[in-house]
Amino acid sequence: MIEKNKGKWIGLGIGSILVMFFMWGSVIWGLTKIDTQMVIDSFLHFDGSNEHIIIQDTRIPRSLIAAAVGASLAIAGAIMQGITNNPLASPSIFGVNAGASFFVVLGITAFGMTSLMSFTWLAFLGAALAVIIVYSLGTLGKDGLTPIKMTLAGAAIAALFSSLTQGMLTLNEQSLDQALFWLAGSVQGRDLDILVAVFPYILIGLVASLLIGKQINVLAMGEDLAKGLGQKTWLIKVLAALTIVLLAGGAVAVAGPIGFIGIIIPHVARWMVGIDYRWVIPYSGMLGAVLLLIADIGARYIIMPAEVPVGVMTAFIGVPFFIYIARRGINE
Amino acid sequence: MDAIRTNALTLGYGEEDIIEELDLVIPKGKITVFIGGNGSGKSTLLRSLARLLKPKDGSVVLDGADIARTPTKKIAQKLSILPQSPVAPEGLTVLELVKQGRYPYQSWLNQWSEKDEKAVQRAMEVTGVKDLSERKVDSLSGGQRQRAWIAMNLAQDTDIILLDEPTTYLDLTHQIDILDLLSDLNEEENRTIVMVLHDINLACRYADHIVAISNKNIYQQGDPDTIVTPELVANVFGLRCQIMNDPHSGTPMCIPFSRGRRKKDADHERKMDA
Repeated sequence: MIEKNKGKWIGLGIGSILVMFFMWGSVIWGLTKIDTQMVIDSFLHFDGSNEHIIIQDTRIPRSLIAAAVGASLAIAGAIMQGITNNPLASPSIFGVNAGASFFVVLGITAFGMTSLMSFTWLAFLGAALAVIIVYSLGTLGKDGLTPIKMTLAGAAIAALFSSLTQGMLTLNEQSLDQALFWLAGSVQGRDLDILVAVFPYILIGLVASLLIGKQINVLAMGEDLAKGLGQKTWLIKVLAALTIVLLAGGAVAVAGPIGFIGIIIPHVARWMVGIDYRWVIPYSGMLGAVLLLIADIGARYIIMPAEVPVGVMTAFIGVPFFIYIARRGINE
Repeated sequence: MDAIRTNALTLGYGEEDIIEELDLVIPKGKITVFIGGNGSGKSTLLRSLARLLKPKDGSVVLDGADIARTPTKKIAQKLSILPQSPVAPEGLTVLELVKQGRYPYQSWLNQWSEKDEKAVQRAMEVTGVKDLSERKVDSLSGGQRQRAWIAMNLAQDTDIILLDEPTTYLDLTHQIDILDLLSDLNEEENRTIVMVLHDINLACRYADHIVAISNKNIYQQGDPDTIVTPELVANVFGLRCQIMNDPHSGTPMCIPFSRGRRKKDADHERKMDA
């Protein structure tokens, strides 16, 4: 097994090094010049200087959040594409991010919620609701679940939740600032506290995603075949849905809705390692982390000294790719 | 000896029943073919035998036990099914596909074993796809692809194999090729084969036992030589025809009546032109 997949293991090693390299880069590159020595000093003898504060309060949280959110969104997308056999499936296209966002904004505007924990639970709730609605709508009708129906249901739910969110914002202007900031979808200016609060759930999602790869391989051959082979397909789908909710909901709670990572990265991962989800999932995690770290670093340099929201960066990379996949056609 | 039996089986989607109170016995070690018109419920019945569709009422019994109460992996070790026109995920190789057939024998504790490897190699040999093992399933021709899927079923190593229209979308050469393969599996390895076929002439050639389905139940069943008559075809398919002996196999052959241009007319027209 190890002998046969040597290349893939090496790739996994190189990928991990790249993740660490860009996490490091995310700490030291930016408007404020920072070098390695300063980072070490900020831990060993913190002196309250501007640089040390930026390192501890801004750059390190940002780097950790970008890596965790990028990996989570990419893996959520990979699982969605695997179990629905739909190349366009991803947390943003299927309304999962929009559902999570709507519930968080609802919490902020209608109920004046401010605690990080309440954001997290609202995001999980919204993500779960979106998954359930999209899946149910996609399964309606005699021919059951089809990629086209599910994509349409996802697009409709994403649009619905987004407009509901807009509506909430116009009705409640006093809480607009807080909500808008969170909705912009960014890894910058977020507290480390929220990552710490959400990370246990994301971690459970990551571990679960690595364990269900083999089951997804079977389910990807189609529901009838999987059942014929003796798989409890409903159980696998419930586990997969829970994993998606933990990863996508967790990512949105921390960083707001960030699109395109969940759709692009699984394609790149499959291009690199083939169709086997035992490999696609860890590769998606690595590549998702790298892409969001790079997008976030890039966002600092484009209109320096100001910054572009990272969601705009991922959209720039994602849109052409999305069109490319859509033109290749939905697998029916 | 029966391989599968059903007791007062009722099937359907939503309100509508497709099969009502059906009692059926599938003989062991034989080739059984379901025939019937479009929408007659023959595929639905096959799917329910493989527990892909839950009965509304009644039961399906495999080895003396109700399949609804048998662990699904245990069933998968006794019975395999090839659904109609399955689609492999893009980029899957033949070997990867056939290996999935070993899923029922694996668990967290039992990973890939020598026995699994042997079953996979043997399945590819028997179906003649060994040379294609590294090819991508979506790059194969229709006939090769169907062989690869059957190899997956064989790797599952079950006594009973169910196939839903295994010859759909294949040209005549490959239809014969696939049916010959299934016939060999039945004769040489004594596997019970149950399939749905559209072509009544091919059904008559390959089936030991034909089950004709019409009006939500069995219209008639038995040896094709005795049951396939113009009357059966008229009642099951709503088609008028003449039944002759197939000059090659001696089995019944259905010659449908139609309005298509007959050779006699063509001769007549030619004379008129001259």
